[in-house]
Amino acid sequence: MSEELAKKEWENSFAEDAFEPLPEDEKNGEKIVRKNTSYWKDVWRNFKKNKAAMVSLVLMAVMVLFVLIGPEISGYNYYSNDYSAVNQGPSTEHWFGTDNLGRDLWTRVWAGGRVSLLIAILATLIPEAIGMIVGGISGYIGGKVDMIIMRIIDVLMGIPSLIYMILLMVVLGSGNIWTLIIAMSITGWMGSARSTRGLVLQLKSREFVTASETLGASPAWIITRRLIPNTLGIRVVGITMSLPSAIFYEAFLSYIGLGVTPPTPSWGQLIKAAGEVFRYYPYQFIIPCLCVAVTMLCFNLIGDGLRDALDPKLRS
Amino acid sequence: MLKYVGQKILIAVATVFVLATATFFLMQLIPGDPFANDKVPVAVQEKQRAYYGLDKPLGEQYVIYMKNLLKGDLGYSIKKTGRTVVDIIKEAFPVSAKLGLFSLLFSEAIGILFGILCAQFRGKWPDYLLMLVAILGIAMPSMVLGPIVRYVFGVKLHWLPVSGWGSFSQMIMPAFVLGLGTVAGNTRSMRASMLATTTQDYVKTAKAKGLPPWKVVLRHQLKNSLVPIIPNLGVQIASVLMGSFVVESMFLIGGLGRYFVDSITNLDYPLIMGLTIFYGTFLVVMNLLVDILYGLIDPRIRVK
Repeated sequence: MSEELAKKEWENSFAEDAFEPLPEDEKNGEKIVRKNTSYWKDVWRNFKKNKAAMVSLVLMAVMVLFVLIGPEISGYNYYSNDYSAVNQGPSTEHWFGTDNLGRDLWTRVWAGGRVSLLIAILATLIPEAIGMIVGGISGYIGGKVDMIIMRIIDVLMGIPSLIYMILLMVVLGSGNIWTLIIAMSITGWMGSARSTRGLVLQLKSREFVTASETLGASPAWIITRRLIPNTLGIRVVGITMSLPSAIFYEAFLSYIGLGVTPPTPSWGQLIKAAGEVFRYYPYQFIIPCLCVAVTMLCFNLIGDGLRDALDPKLRS
Repeated sequence: MLKYVGQKILIAVATVFVLATATFFLMQLIPGDPFANDKVPVAVQEKQRAYYGLDKPLGEQYVIYMKNLLKGDLGYSIKKTGRTVVDIIKEAFPVSAKLGLFSLLFSEAIGILFGILCAQFRGKWPDYLLMLVAILGIAMPSMVLGPIVRYVFGVKLHWLPVSGWGSFSQMIMPAFVLGLGTVAGNTRSMRASMLATTTQDYVKTAKAKGLPPWKVVLRHQLKNSLVPIIPNLGVQIASVLMGSFVVESMFLIGGLGRYFVDSITNLDYPLIMGLTIFYGTFLVVMNLLVDILYGLIDPRIRVK
C-alpha cells in the first residue's frame, strides 16, 4: 500500500508542464542510418580512390581471365610442332603468330602465364606462411627462443638469396616448377618472419590476447588464431609487393638456364627463346615481355594502393 | 660504436661460415660420380679419387675444404682445364666491378636527381611523369630491356656498339640496362626523404632568412636526405650483381657473371661452388661496409 502511495506522491511532485512530447521529426535523431563499416570495407573504400591501383586491378583481372581461358579457345596446344607454319607473324589463324617450331604463340603465351603466375603465387604464399609461423612463435614466446631465431634469421638473410637459389636449383635439378617453388620458399621466408615478429611484439600486450590467455588458450592457438590474423592486413602489402619479384626471379632463372625446361612454356622461357631472334621476329619477344611488364607494374601499383589504404597514418 | 661494429662483424663471419658449409654439403647431394667410366680400369678410378681426396671420409673432406678456403684456395675448374677458380676471379672480376660501379653511379645520380625534382613538384605533373618513368624501370627487367636497347641504339641507329667490352662507348648500354632497375627504388626513397625534410625547422629557418629555393634544397635538404639512401646500397649492389649475370651474357662481356652462367650451363661444379662462395662473401662484406658507414653517419642507428 505504501509503495503505491509513494509512487503517486512522486508523480505529483512534477508540475503538469514539466515534460513535452518529443516532436515526430526528432524521434529518429539518434538512429544510426548507415551500416557499420568493417575494417576491410574501409580499406576497400580508400583503395577505390586510387585510380592507378584500380586500373591495375582491372587489368590484372583481365590478364588472369586470359590466362585461364586463353589456351582453351585457340584450338591449338602449346607443345605440338607444325613445320609448315614456322615463325609466322600474327594472323587470323595464329593470333600471336608461331615460333621457330611452328607452335601457336597465343596458346604458349597464356599457358606460360599459367606456369609463371602459379610459380609467383605459390613462391610468395608458401614462404610467407612459413615466415608468419616462425615470426609468430619468435615474437610471442620471446626470450631466448626469440633471440636464437632472430640471430639465425640475421645470418640467413646475410646470404644473398639469389646465389643460394641458384645453388639450390643446381642441386635439386632444374626444369621443374616445383623445384623452383621449393628453392624460392627456402630462400624467401626470412623477411616475412622478421616483419611478422615485429607486428606480434606490438600486438601481444593487447587486451584480446590477455583475454585469451586468461581463458586458458594454448600459445599455438593464440599465435595462429589471434596474432597472425591480426598481422595479415599489414602483411598483405608485403605479399603483393613480392609477387612481381617472384615473377622476375622465374624469368631470371629461366634466362640463365635454370628455369622451366621446354616444351613447357613460361614467360621467362618465352622471353629467353625470343630474345635471341628479336631482330627478325619482334612479335615473339614483345608479347611475353608485355605480359611480364604489365603484371609486374600492376602488382606494384596495387601494392602501393593497398599500402595507402591500409596505413591509417596517411589518412586525413 | 665498437659494440655495433663488433656485432655486425660477428654476424657477417657466421653468415660466410654457414654459406660455405651449406655449399659444401649441398654439392655432396648432387647425384653422380665424376670418375665413373666403363672404359677406365677400376684401379685408375681409385687413383683419381685418391688424387682429388675424394676417397677420404666426408668429415675429413669438409675440414680440408674449409682449410683451403681460409687459405683462399677455391679449387680447380673442371671445364676450363688447368685454371684455378681464383685465377678466373682475378681475370674476370675487375671487368664486372667496373661495369657494376658505372651502373651504380648512373642509378644513384638519376635516382637522386629524379627524387629531388619529384619532391619539388610534389603532386604536379613532373612528379607523376618522373615516378612513371621510374616505375617503368621496375617493370622492365634487364632481359626485356636489353634486346630492345641493343636493337634500337645498336642495330637501327648505329650509335653504340651492340656488344663487346673495352671502350667507353661499349660500356654505356650495359650500364644503362643494369642500372635502370634500381633507379625506381632510388627515386622513391629520395622523394620520400626529401619530403620528410621540408617540414624540418632548419629548412624553415633557411627559408625565413630569405635563401633562394635552390640553395635551400642543395645546401640544407639534400645533405640530410641522403642518409636514408645509404642502407639501400647493400640491396642495390646485390641487384646489380644479379643483373650482371644477364647483362654480361647478353652483351658478350667477359666478366664474372658470364663465367657463372657458363659454369651453370656446363655443370662445372667446382667453379659454381667457388663463385658462389666468392659472390656470397663479397656481398656480405659489402653489406657490412654499408652498415658500418650508416652507423658512422647516423649516430641514432648504433645506439639502437
